[in-house]
Amino acid sequence: MITFAKVIEQLYAVTAAWGIPWLVPTLVVMTIVVGVVVAYIAVAAMFLIWWERKISAHIQVRFGPMRVGGWHGWAQSIADGLKLLLKEDIIPARADKVVFVLAPMVVFAASLASYVTIPWAPGLIVRDLHIGVLYMVAISSLAVVGIIMAGWSSNNKYATLGAMRSAAQAVSYEVPLVLSILGPVMIAGTMRMGGLVEAQGGTWLGFLPRWYVFPQAVAFLVYFICALAECNRLPFDIPEAESELVAGFHVEYSGMRFAIFFLAEYANMFVVAAIATTLFLGGWHGPWIPIPGLPAEVVHGLFGLVWFQVKCYFLIFVMMWLRWTLNRLRVDQLMDFAWKVLLPIAFANLIITGLVLML
Amino acid sequence: MERVKAPVPIGTTVMVERLEETMEEMYVNMGPQHPSTHGVLRLMLKLDGEVITDCIPYIGYLHRCHEKIGENRSYPQIVPYTDRLDYLASMSMNFGYVVAVEQLMGQKIPERAEYMRVILAELQRIASHLLWLGTFGLDLGNFTIFIYCFREREMVLDLFEAVSGQRLNYSFYRIGGMGMDFPGGWVENCRAFLEWFKPRIPEYDALVTDNILFRKRIQKVGILGREAVVNYGLSGPMLRASGVKWDLRRNDPYSIYDRFEFEIPVFEDCDVWARFLVRRQEMIESVKIIEQALDQLPAGEVMAKMPKTLKPPVGQVYSRTESPRGELGFYLISDGSPKPYRYKVRSPAFCNLSALPEMMKGFLVADAVAILGSVDIVLGEIDR
Repeated sequence: MITFAKVIEQLYAVTAAWGIPWLVPTLVVMTIVVGVVVAYIAVAAMFLIWWERKISAHIQVRFGPMRVGGWHGWAQSIADGLKLLLKEDIIPARADKVVFVLAPMVVFAASLASYVTIPWAPGLIVRDLHIGVLYMVAISSLAVVGIIMAGWSSNNKYATLGAMRSAAQAVSYEVPLVLSILGPVMIAGTMRMGGLVEAQGGTWLGFLPRWYVFPQAVAFLVYFICALAECNRLPFDIPEAESELVAGFHVEYSGMRFAIFFLAEYANMFVVAAIATTLFLGGWHGPWIPIPGLPAEVVHGLFGLVWFQVKCYFLIFVMMWLRWTLNRLRVDQLMDFAWKVLLPIAFANLIITGLVLML
Repeated sequence: MERVKAPVPIGTTVMVERLEETMEEMYVNMGPQHPSTHGVLRLMLKLDGEVITDCIPYIGYLHRCHEKIGENRSYPQIVPYTDRLDYLASMSMNFGYVVAVEQLMGQKIPERAEYMRVILAELQRIASHLLWLGTFGLDLGNFTIFIYCFREREMVLDLFEAVSGQRLNYSFYRIGGMGMDFPGGWVENCRAFLEWFKPRIPEYDALVTDNILFRKRIQKVGILGREAVVNYGLSGPMLRASGVKWDLRRNDPYSIYDRFEFEIPVFEDCDVWARFLVRRQEMIESVKIIEQALDQLPAGEVMAKMPKTLKPPVGQVYSRTESPRGELGFYLISDGSPKPYRYKVRSPAFCNLSALPEMMKGFLVADAVAILGSVDIVLGEIDR
C-alpha cells in the first residue's frame, strides 16, 4: 500500500543516496505540507462561511448572499476576505501590543497544528502519531490560551469577561470530552488515528458498518456536545455572546486579525468534526467501486478522501443547524450541564465499556 | 444599598469620575451603543464576577422636548409628534392622544371610525409584540425567531401602508375620526392575514416556547413580586405577568372595547417567562378582537363634523389607554386657545423601566439582557 509515510521515507533514502543533507528534504516536505494544509483551511473556511450563510438563510426563510460571483453568491466570502485584508489595522492605544498581535496567531497555530494527525484517506496522514488522539485533544485546547491572551491584552472589560468565560468553559468541557474519546480508544486498543480508522473496517452483525458510533452512541453524543462548546458554537457561544458581551474576546480586533480569529473558528470546527469522524463514524470507510484502468488502491484512496469529507461536512452541517435553531445557554447552566450531566454520563459510559470489554 | 456616584455625561464626551472599583467588583458600561439595549439606553452594571450587584440606568439620549413642543402646537399638529413617542406602536399612540382631546372637547365620533380605531390598534399590538418577541429571541441568541416574527410584522405593516400610506409613523387617527376609510379590499386582506397568522403561533411555540433551553434561560429570572409591581406603578404585560389582572380595555373601557369578548392573560410566575407568556397570549386575544370588530364593522362616515380651528373649552383631562406596553396616559390642560396650556405624557415604558434595578440585582450579566428585553422598552417614548 502506498502511504504518505512511505513516500517520505523513499524521499529521504533517495536524497541520502545523492549525498544531500537531511535538512533539505525535511524543509521541502514541511513547506509543501504546511502550504497544502493552509490552502485547504483557507478554502474550506471560506466555503464554510458561505455555506453557513446559505444554511442560516434557508432556515430563516430568506436567500442569503445571491449577487457576488453570480451563482448563489459563491464569491461572497472571497469578497469579504479581501475587504478584511484591505482594512486598517487598529491596535487600541491602551492595549498590550505584543500580546495583542500574538493572540490571533496562537489561536490559528493551535488549530493548524491539529491538522497533522487527521487521517484524510488510507495512507494519507501527515504523521500518524502513536498518541494521535491525545495530541489532537491537547493541541486543540491550546486555542484557549490565545483567547485569554486576546481578552487580556485588549484592555477591554467585555473582552476580559469573554476570555474569563472561555477559560472556564474550556476547563469544564475538556474533561467529559476526553472521557468520551476514551471509549473508542479502549475498543480499538490504539491511540493512532490511522489505527482507529482501520479498526472500524468491516461490519457489526453483518449489516451495520463497524463504526464506533453504534456501540458508543452515548460517548458520541457527549463528544459532540463538548465539541460544540470547544468551538464556541451556539448554544455554547458564551465567550462571544454578542448580545451580552458585544463580541466577547475579539471585540477590539478588526481587519485581518479579526479575520484570522474567524478563520480559526471554522478551521476548529473542521478539526472537531474530523475527530468525530475518525473516532465514531469510521473515518474514510465507505462503499466504493473499482474503476477499470485505475489501480484499486488509488480508487479506494480517492473514495476514502471523499467519504471522509462527506462525513465531516455533514457533522458541520448539524452544528450549523443547531446554531440557527437553539438559543444561548447561561454561564451557570453551562457549567452545571458539563459537571453534573455530561461528566457522570461520560464516566458511566467508560465504566460500562470497560466491563463489557473485560467479559 | 448605597448608590455609588455615577459618571455624568457632559456634551459629547463622558467625564468618568473615579468609580470605587475593588478587586472583586467592577463596573461595566452597557450602552448607549450596545446590541441589546434596544436603542440608546445606558446601563452601568456593577459586577461581582458575573453577578450584578447594582444597576443604574441612564436615559435622556433621545430627549427632544416632546411635551414643551406640544405646548406650542395646535391640537391636530401634535398627532404626528405622538407617532414618534413609541415608534413601534404609532397607531396606539395616536389612539391615546385623540381619545384625550375628544374627551376634553366632549366630541362623539362615528361608529365606523371607532371600529377602525380598534382594528388598527389591535393590529398594532400584534405588530409590536411580534417585534418584541423577535428582538427578545435575538437577545437570547435565537436568531431564527427574529426573522419569523419580522415576516408576519411585515404583513401588518403592509396593511397599515394600504390604509395610511406609511409603514412606521402613520398619523392616521384624527381628532373626531379617522383620516380616511379603509381602501377597497382591505377588510378581506386583513382577514387573510389573520388566517395566516393564527397557525404561526404554534410555529413560534415549536421554536421557542417548547424549547427547554429557551425556557431555562428565562424561568425564575428577573422576579418582581405582585406588591413591588404595584408599588412601582408598572402597567401592561409587566403587571399582568405578576398576577395582577389589570387591563384598561376591560377595567376602564375606552372607545368601544366593552363590546368585544376577549380574555386578559394573567400569569402568576412574576418572572421573564411569565412576561413572555402574557405577550404571546395577548397576540391571540388581539386576533379575537379584530375578528369580532371586522364582523361588526358598520358602514358610514369615518369623520365627525369638526370646526376649522379646534378650541377645546377651558378645563383639563387625563385620559388613559392600553398601549402594547401598558398604560399610556395623556394629560391636557386647555385655556380655551387652539394650543394646549400643558401637555403631559405618562408613558408606560418609562414607568416600567424604573423597576429595572430592582429586577436586576443578584442575577447574571446574561440575565441582564433577558430582563431588559422583558421590559420591552422603546427609547423614543422613555426619553420623549
